[in-house]
Amino acid sequence: MQRPAWALVVAALACTTPAAARADKAADLAQIRRQIEQMKQEYEARIAALEKRLTAAEAKAGSAEQQASQAQAAASSVSRQQRSNAFNPDISVILQGRYASLSQDPATYRIGGFIPSGGEVGPGKRGLSLSESELVFSANADPYFSGTLIGSLSPDGGIDVENAYLQTLGLSHGLMLKAGRFFSKVGYLNEQHQHAWDFIDAPLPYRAFLGGQLGDDGVQAQWIAPTELLVQLGAELGRGRSFPGSDRDKNGVALGTLYAHVGGDVGVSNSWRAGLSYVQTSPLDRAFDDQNAAGATVTDSFSGQSKLWIADFVWKWAPNGNPYERNFKLQTEYFRRREDGTLTYDTTGLALPGAYASRQSGWYAQAVYQFAPRWRTGLRYDRLGYGSVDIGQVASGALTAADFSILRSYGPTLRAAMIDWSPSEFSRIRLQLAQDKSRPDATDNQLFLQYILSLGTHGAHTW
Amino acid sequence: MLHKTLVILAAALAASAALPARAALEVLACEPEWGALAKELGGEQVKVYEATTALQDVHHIQARPSLIAAARRADLVACTGAELEIGWLPVLTRESGNDRIRPGAPGYFEAARFVTLSGVPTRLDRREGDVHPEGDPHIQTDPRNIASVARALAERLAQIDSAHAALYRSRYESFAGRWQQAIARWEKEGTPLRGLRVVEHHKAFDYLFRWLGVEVVGYLEPKPGLEPTAAHLAELLAQQKSRPAKLVVRPSYSDARASAWFAEHAGIKAVMLPFSVGGDAASKDLFSWYDDMLGRLLEAAK
Repeated sequence: MQRPAWALVVAALACTTPAAARADKAADLAQIRRQIEQMKQEYEARIAALEKRLTAAEAKAGSAEQQASQAQAAASSVSRQQRSNAFNPDISVILQGRYASLSQDPATYRIGGFIPSGGEVGPGKRGLSLSESELVFSANADPYFSGTLIGSLSPDGGIDVENAYLQTLGLSHGLMLKAGRFFSKVGYLNEQHQHAWDFIDAPLPYRAFLGGQLGDDGVQAQWIAPTELLVQLGAELGRGRSFPGSDRDKNGVALGTLYAHVGGDVGVSNSWRAGLSYVQTSPLDRAFDDQNAAGATVTDSFSGQSKLWIADFVWKWAPNGNPYERNFKLQTEYFRRREDGTLTYDTTGLALPGAYASRQSGWYAQAVYQFAPRWRTGLRYDRLGYGSVDIGQVASGALTAADFSILRSYGPTLRAAMIDWSPSEFSRIRLQLAQDKSRPDATDNQLFLQYILSLGTHGAHTW
Repeated sequence: MLHKTLVILAAALAASAALPARAALEVLACEPEWGALAKELGGEQVKVYEATTALQDVHHIQARPSLIAAARRADLVACTGAELEIGWLPVLTRESGNDRIRPGAPGYFEAARFVTLSGVPTRLDRREGDVHPEGDPHIQTDPRNIASVARALAERLAQIDSAHAALYRSRYESFAGRWQQAIARWEKEGTPLRGLRVVEHHKAFDYLFRWLGVEVVGYLEPKPGLEPTAAHLAELLAQQKSRPAKLVVRPSYSDARASAWFAEHAGIKAVMLPFSVGGDAASKDLFSWYDDMLGRLLEAAK
């Protein structure tokens, strides 16, 4: 770069030098030559210095690059070391809170005409309250099993193990096994978690016949047929730890279920599923509180056989099968239960046993319409049929019907309407109004305002 | 009761095991473009079930009964991946009891693994909307991506169904040749679109526009997956003064109202682009789909 400048200087000097130089000018010329030589040397020295600096800079850059790649390698080995947490389970959290305005005291909640299920079936607290928060952990354990833990954090403290189960991976042929604590696949709504429901509460038949939701400790085997139509057959064996069973200290199995679901599409806009399920349990000393004819609280208990049939049907519609803008969902389930065994009156006092036989039923139907993106509205109607209840002590005249006040003939109903707004897939705000006629003597007018928030791992779009 | 059912179950199992080996390979394609590609590569040798159509928003699909049944039968699931189907594909692979399509198995094919994803978010926070951590999953809108996926899918078909490997490879060679010619033709036809400015409804066609040299100056959705808001639309309208867009583009599954509103207020044209094969009457296969997209853009940009 410096060389042309040096050449220019020489050229310029050459031009300014007169062509016909005198002899006395020879000395001057020699001086000029010397000067030029000096300049040349000076420039060459400077050029050499610059070249040296350039090489040094290049070397430096090279080593910087090398350093950078070394740092990168180090970083990747660091991240490799820290990858021990890469096997941590997927985590998600569901947060819920609500405001409830109830015209009746929730402490007096009972379903008239039906043996109390003992589950959390009432409408909950009045006023503002935190609802259960849910913590979900899940991961594959190895090539053979995946595991899921769902803990429910009660706002009053304490953690309840809602679900904790293993599921087989890679059995193939449409087979799958589950073991642990899980929500049974009977019916439609049962398997879904409460925060995924379209209404804030469970329909009356779920409350009366399954204590809200059937979640037992046991095993499940399921098979899906290799057909165009979905044909899903399954069986579960369980401990029968909660209603309609009762926790007991005994070997063997106390709960058995069978379920069959079929489903498919009709054109591109409609899909449906229908199912038939059966739940059989043998509760032992399943206790409940009641009031006798004198108005005193007595504890009665049932031992025997409980057999429940559930028929379910769900139909969904969305224009072109695209549910994002608009969609419609119709859902209905019918329950029929038969209980035979012994009902013991006042277990802590008189302890009078008698034969007990009941044939009871119930159903609900609900329709939910998404009329615009993010906005849905829905209606639900629940009805329980008292059917027939034969109490041995009453038939024999030992006691009167008034001694079993909760079992007096009554057909509970509930009407609910809701509207919800989901700002995104991960949040929902819902308003629900309901007229609950669970109690024979009073109508509970209810208003709920609820939020549901989903954090962490993306939730599954179950149908 | 229980005993009887177990007998029926066992009988059904035995019956299913005794079924003759199926002639055709069952492919469950999550999106129509991969279904169309599987048909190009497999011809009669594959039986394709498409889980969604180009009129459906793939983010919001549910694991409906027919999909679980299809996943149960499938030898191969061909999906986009990159968490596009995060809400429902894991349910299908988990609930179908089909080991052939478990993630990681040869029967689990994610197209996004074979292309370079753009639009990888710098902030992983749902405050930014429905972000895809691995990058923009709508890769099917760049034909060069289709070419890369075709090569990988052909290899996968050959791997799963080695008896017909030669068929898949020769069909791939034929497809790849025709596709390269088509790309050259589309690039030539698309030259007038260079430098065109557009507003998109959803971040759906970013790959297409990058390929064509079209500049995307905004999105009707304020954040990916969130509904357009009045405030955001007003901002976009104001932006029209400084960086005017000539078109507003929506994918075939989106409602037309937002883009129609914007087009009217901005005084520009609204264009619907089929999001995949079957997005409109003209998009019958991969080739006619791209012909149609280009045709619609060129027509609107005139």
